[in-house]
Amino acid sequence: MAFTDEQLERYSRHIILKEIGVKGQKKLNNGKVLIIGAGGLGAPAAMYLAAAGVGTIGIVDADAVDLSNLQRQIIHTTNDIGKLKVESAKETMNAINPDITVNTYHEFVTSENINDLIKDYDFIIDGTDNFPAKFLINDACVMAGKPFSHAGIIRFKGQLMTVVPGEGPCYRCVFKNPPPKDAVPTCKQAGVIGAMGGVIGSLQAMEAVKYITGVGELLVGYLLTYDALSMEFHKIKLPPRGKGCAVCSDTPSITELIDYEQAACEWHPGDKNA
Amino acid sequence: MKLTVAGNKKEYEEGLTISKLIELEKVETPEYVTVSVNEEFANRDDFDSTVLKDGDEIEFLYFMGGGSR
Ligand SMILES: [Zn+2]
Repeated sequence: MAFTDEQLERYSRHIILKEIGVKGQKKLNNGKVLIIGAGGLGAPAAMYLAAAGVGTIGIVDADAVDLSNLQRQIIHTTNDIGKLKVESAKETMNAINPDITVNTYHEFVTSENINDLIKDYDFIIDGTDNFPAKFLINDACVMAGKPFSHAGIIRFKGQLMTVVPGEGPCYRCVFKNPPPKDAVPTCKQAGVIGAMGGVIGSLQAMEAVKYITGVGELLVGYLLTYDALSMEFHKIKLPPRGKGCAVCSDTPSITELIDYEQAACEWHPGDKNA
Repeated sequence: MKLTVAGNKKEYEEGLTISKLIELEKVETPEYVTVSVNEEFANRDDFDSTVLKDGDEIEFLYFMGGGSR
């Protein structure tokens, strides 16, 4: 289908890029991205992907907007307090770009629902705030062969990596098992600078755009860290995929999805997989 | 000897183990950090016994949650 005049104008700054052009913009319009978590990371990612014209965007979040979210979750406004985050996010995204379809999923990801959630999407963005969800997303995406962007933010720091199953290491290759509950600080306990979600979430959106359009090099095989205080980005090269990884090696020991909520407490750093 | 730690080249005493470096660099939550030496992950059980050599490149990889709530 040809672009309307309005679409040509809306996407003109993309279309003028020789790497994107009309062809790349069409890929974006046909692209499907699932964003898990409509918070600090998911908010900017969702807004940029909506603005970019990614045709179908799914948002998964079980929470409602809280006053303490607004310092960083810029997709929600003061008037949205109490509203479901997925609804508030959808309204903002459609206000930015009425062209796109936003699917909302008012739920937490679990081993029961995650395969259904990810199956129709091309690329997944992990914008969750807890390790059980991050490991679940990793394992489900590895098993289903879905590429995804992992990220985390805390205090003045953030980091991300892109996982393309079969092509590079996965999150579990690096981090093995979730840490026990409360062993490492969360944003709620430790705080996070608001713009950090903007920096890292926008980089996640960038990876989604690059994956869909096939432009450039993805952050596969690297962990990119950002320290706002020293204003340094550092790209850590990771060992190749699968070497002893419980989920993405050629002989994985994990073949079923795990809901870590309880098991997290039973993990010890001395364990075999640690 | 010179080690590159998290991208920064610095002078260290000979005979330094991974465990000692973790201490020296004041690594946060040391029991949960992932360490890579020359782009290979070091086994946690070997942190005490692995002696670093001149020119080694060491990275610390930290758990980082956060993002949603
Ligand atoms: Zn792996």
